[in-house]
Amino acid sequence: MNVLAEPFAFEFFRQGLLAATLVGALCGMIGVYVILRRMSYIGHGLSHSVFGGAVVAYVASINFYVGAGLWGFLSALLINATARRGKVGADAAIGIVTTASFAIGVALISKTRSFTRDFEAALFGNVLGVTPADLVVVAAATALVAVFIVAFYKPLLFLTFDPDVAPIFGVRTGVVDTLFSLALAATIVASINVVGVTLIAATLVIPSSTARMLTDSFGRIIVYSTALGAGSGLVGIYLSYWLDVSSGATIVLLEAAIFVVVSLVGWVLQRQTPWERDHQPRVVAASESHSDTR
Amino acid sequence: MIPTSQPLVVFDDVTCGYGAAPVLEQIDLQIERGAFVGVVGPSGVGKTTLLRAMVGVVPRLRGRVTVDGRMVGNGERPRVGWVPQLETVDWHFPATASEVVLMGRWGVRPWWPRPTADDRRAVDRLLERLGIGELGERNIRDLSGGQQQRVFLARAMIGDPLLLLLDEPTTGVDLKTRDEILHLLAELNRDGMTIVLTTHELNAVAAHLPWVVCINGRIVAEGSPEDIFTDAILGQTYGAELRVVRQDGLILVADAAPHRLREALSHHHPGCEHAHHEHLDDEHVHAGGRAAR
Repeated sequence: MNVLAEPFAFEFFRQGLLAATLVGALCGMIGVYVILRRMSYIGHGLSHSVFGGAVVAYVASINFYVGAGLWGFLSALLINATARRGKVGADAAIGIVTTASFAIGVALISKTRSFTRDFEAALFGNVLGVTPADLVVVAAATALVAVFIVAFYKPLLFLTFDPDVAPIFGVRTGVVDTLFSLALAATIVASINVVGVTLIAATLVIPSSTARMLTDSFGRIIVYSTALGAGSGLVGIYLSYWLDVSSGATIVLLEAAIFVVVSLVGWVLQRQTPWERDHQPRVVAASESHSDTR
Repeated sequence: MIPTSQPLVVFDDVTCGYGAAPVLEQIDLQIERGAFVGVVGPSGVGKTTLLRAMVGVVPRLRGRVTVDGRMVGNGERPRVGWVPQLETVDWHFPATASEVVLMGRWGVRPWWPRPTADDRRAVDRLLERLGIGELGERNIRDLSGGQQQRVFLARAMIGDPLLLLLDEPTTGVDLKTRDEILHLLAELNRDGMTIVLTTHELNAVAAHLPWVVCINGRIVAEGSPEDIFTDAILGQTYGAELRVVRQDGLILVADAAPHRLREALSHHHPGCEHAHHEHLDDEHVHAGGRAAR
């Protein structure tokens, strides 16, 4: 028992565990909106964009979180604006804005030879190198995004489900979209040192996709996805300690494994309960015939 | 206080659209309270834009649209319920029927994510009224076309609207569902709801709706189907040759194209003429409407 508790003796591990759990919950929570808006690629793109912002912030001697955060937010707004113009789809807008932004970062790195900061951590994540300041940022981002999602639950749901009709019912789509972009940028920036640029997309997409398979209710998906993300972060860090594998990769592989298991169980259950599957339409038909008699 | 005799919707010399070129021009239209109006016309001539102008979401607008005496479009949101085309709905979205209906009440307590007891009662009452009371917890994907239409109707009605707008409610549904929807709307109209819908189903309009507006960028004609469903008016509206057949109180609108198609087929495949003739005639008779009211 003492052996299993061994890693908790280290402060860096406790901090990393907390950071990974919070980041998992944060990405799981906002990831639901990302997949339902069919913008799964945005996590991948924005994290690359934020990397460019991080390099610019370093070169301009600005605080990492301020520089990368602003850069990410502006990128998200630019993606929204480009996609809304109609001729360029959201996927292409993400590709254009974020790769250009990443390229700026790469260009600056190649031009400036005096880097002391290790950008490898930003690229691949280093949760066990999380500082107390990083932890505060992650906790603050998680709290703010959670408040945003709770406070804007109804208009966000309406806008995600029916973006054309929501404004007819009075949803201020411009405001909600802008705040969502801000929340997403904050999520990416807070998560970048934990899971890394290359793996953030997975933490946004996998728990929410798994939760999607578990329920058909939007309210429950948010809860399940947040719990799956947090649980994967917690267990993933613990496993990474014992397996001596990169923490970000372990978290993502664990999330992917849960996704595979849930998919397989869902597939097997579907195969094993043909009665339920076959009889479902009869229930619908029965209710229809009821309505027909009105 | 607005006298009830005043029309519910008034378009006063309205020209509107999305880009440089207007979609609708010089629209003067009045919709009376308690009216049941069908807007017909070919695709892309502004049927949906006409509806959108009534809720103030058409970006470029000249002239004046008022609903219940209030001008729309300047941040003013009239009490209007909207039912979208079912074809535009994301059926893989994880939402139950109740969750969809509740969206219509988002503004009542916008900051409170959980539905209140009042919310639940309002949803249950409405679903019950529309005959799908037991389906609230079903995912919308698992419902039939008619039930899905009722869910979106419930979402539109939960805000207690003065006016119900439906964008092509009969598109993409089978004949039974189409009749079911139109009967339901007729019932709601009898209860006092003002309804405006767009549709391509001319025969259904002739059978169910007392008032029709024909548009083609402008208003071509408006009136009862008996008065305005003529070869000339429909031809002008659609820019195509349509034939209106009246018999025993029935109004049937038929596309004249089959005759041209038959001629073409008889020219290229003389042996096929008879078979195609019967098939096309059958199809058009069965697509026909009912006795006009």
